Amino acid sequence: MSVAKIWVVAEPSASGITTTSLELLTAARELADSVEAISWGPNTQANAATLGEYGASVVHDAGDLAGKLPGVPVAAAIAALVASAGAPDAILVPTSYDGRDIAGRLSAKLDRPVLTNITGLSGAAGLVTEHQVFGGAQVVTARFTGDGPGIYVIRAKSFAAESAGGAAATVTALAPVETGSTGSATIQTSHVEERTGPALDEAAVVVSGGRGLGEAAGYELIEELARLLNGAAGASRAIVDAGWVPYSHQVGQTGKTVKPTVYLACGISGATQHMVGMKGSKNIVAVNKDADAPIFTIADLGIVGDVHKVLPALIDALKSRPA
Amino acid sequence: MNVVVCVKQIPDPAAPQSLEPGTNTLDRSGKLILDDSDAYGVEMALQLVDTAGGGEVILVSMAPNGESGGLRTALAMGAARAVLVSDPALKGTDALGTAKVLAAAIRTVEYDLILAATESTDGYTGTTPVQLAELLGLPSVTFAKSVAVDGSTVRVERQTEAGFDEVTSPLPAVVTVTAGVVEPRYPSFKGIMAAKSKPVDQHTVADLGLDGQVGVAGARQEIVEVAAAEARSAGEIVVDEGDGAQRIVQFLESVKVI
Repeated sequence: MSVAKIWVVAEPSASGITTTSLELLTAARELADSVEAISWGPNTQANAATLGEYGASVVHDAGDLAGKLPGVPVAAAIAALVASAGAPDAILVPTSYDGRDIAGRLSAKLDRPVLTNITGLSGAAGLVTEHQVFGGAQVVTARFTGDGPGIYVIRAKSFAAESAGGAAATVTALAPVETGSTGSATIQTSHVEERTGPALDEAAVVVSGGRGLGEAAGYELIEELARLLNGAAGASRAIVDAGWVPYSHQVGQTGKTVKPTVYLACGISGATQHMVGMKGSKNIVAVNKDADAPIFTIADLGIVGDVHKVLPALIDALKSRPA
Repeated sequence: MNVVVCVKQIPDPAAPQSLEPGTNTLDRSGKLILDDSDAYGVEMALQLVDTAGGGEVILVSMAPNGESGGLRTALAMGAARAVLVSDPALKGTDALGTAKVLAAAIRTVEYDLILAATESTDGYTGTTPVQLAELLGLPSVTFAKSVAVDGSTVRVERQTEAGFDEVTSPLPAVVTVTAGVVEPRYPSFKGIMAAKSKPVDQHTVADLGLDGQVGVAGARQEIVEVAAAEARSAGEIVVDEGDGAQRIVQFLESVKVI
């Protein structure tokens, strides 16, 4: 093994533990002799089976946070654990809203640097990270040079989540740490935006739209196409920023990472910020009127044409296919 | 109400980017501009100060080479003044080192709220604002899609995987805003002229007592290697002659998704 001990921040979701956290546990058990999870929320006891199955021997439970944003209390609990139990070699954190908060807080608390946007980890000499830069055109490998623990923030879908068939993790409660006003940001209410069909980051087909759709109403073509292909509708940052569709549709650096069987990019030029989120798709089809659009450099099939002609024709063709 | 906005001056993202040989840090030697992502925070701050009926918007930034062109853009939008930490020793500083520098600079001003972008366009580490909050002992709310101040409380709609949460936090606090939270104004001619004479207070690393904590050495990380990514094999690019949709159908059939 490359290192002795890794802690994985295992983020709870509505239905258990997030997939990215399970991907990190899978990677950690290939790299370290001992893997432990840090989790929180009301269901840690119930989640211990899943965490154990994916490789954690122990789950340190920061407890029910009673609506407080997790960044401050979870980082404080991890820092206290470092002080009492000693530091692991590495702390792996999923790239997510709360994951980035936890990593940032912990970095400042422990005075240790972070490496973020990691898409690969290997254990040649200590841990070496992989990062995609310039829209994925280049791969940078990096490592920490100072004292540990290194804090590694890893993007979704960098590893496959695979069960190791392990027994349930032993749950140990972390003592709550008093954080005063620093930890007082509180969730008052949660709003869920309705989505139908498969989740964007799980769908076999993703149909995404960009500026080339011309106006917000043009996105209806994307939604209809996604429905006909039993896929999910995605978007470029440009049209999310413009307010055409909610942020939850965004694919790219600041949005979701997707790796579907087919990614259909419609009216998307292919800014580096977008490419990072979809470059790992098995097959890429692009429709854009600009033959020089960067998206065509990574497309398996590129149609140089007007989305307002090609997409309605595609919708008609799909509708007229025998079931 | 005084609002500090953390802003970054970056190489034009529309121009070709490269890594510097030797350090493998992003080449920032050319002209620097205000990061687009920061225009949203500046606009949000101007609106919040306006709603509060008093106070000012103060920019805080760092740069290795004394560059202030990007700051002038934000000053032209209406920010009152800027604090710039400028020192050749800053070259190669990581996210935590940046947070230490910004924290020290922010301690020189009076503020009620600190705004920043969720991440910069050029480095996109995405942790600096939260590291800053921790160093200053402040609460933070990241990924805001709306921000309102209500007395001594900030109310934020924060993006989540499923939608958004309404989050409250006491002030002072650090809030990171997403692009699209507000529509940034264009600087007026009057604003551009006024910006030329607005104060930019400059500090060095030594002034702020941060010797040894910044730069490449302070980062405690190194680039091992830079390599070209595995290229995707070139695909077939065809001009639509009315058969584009049919080509896509055939492709979808060939990969068995229909």
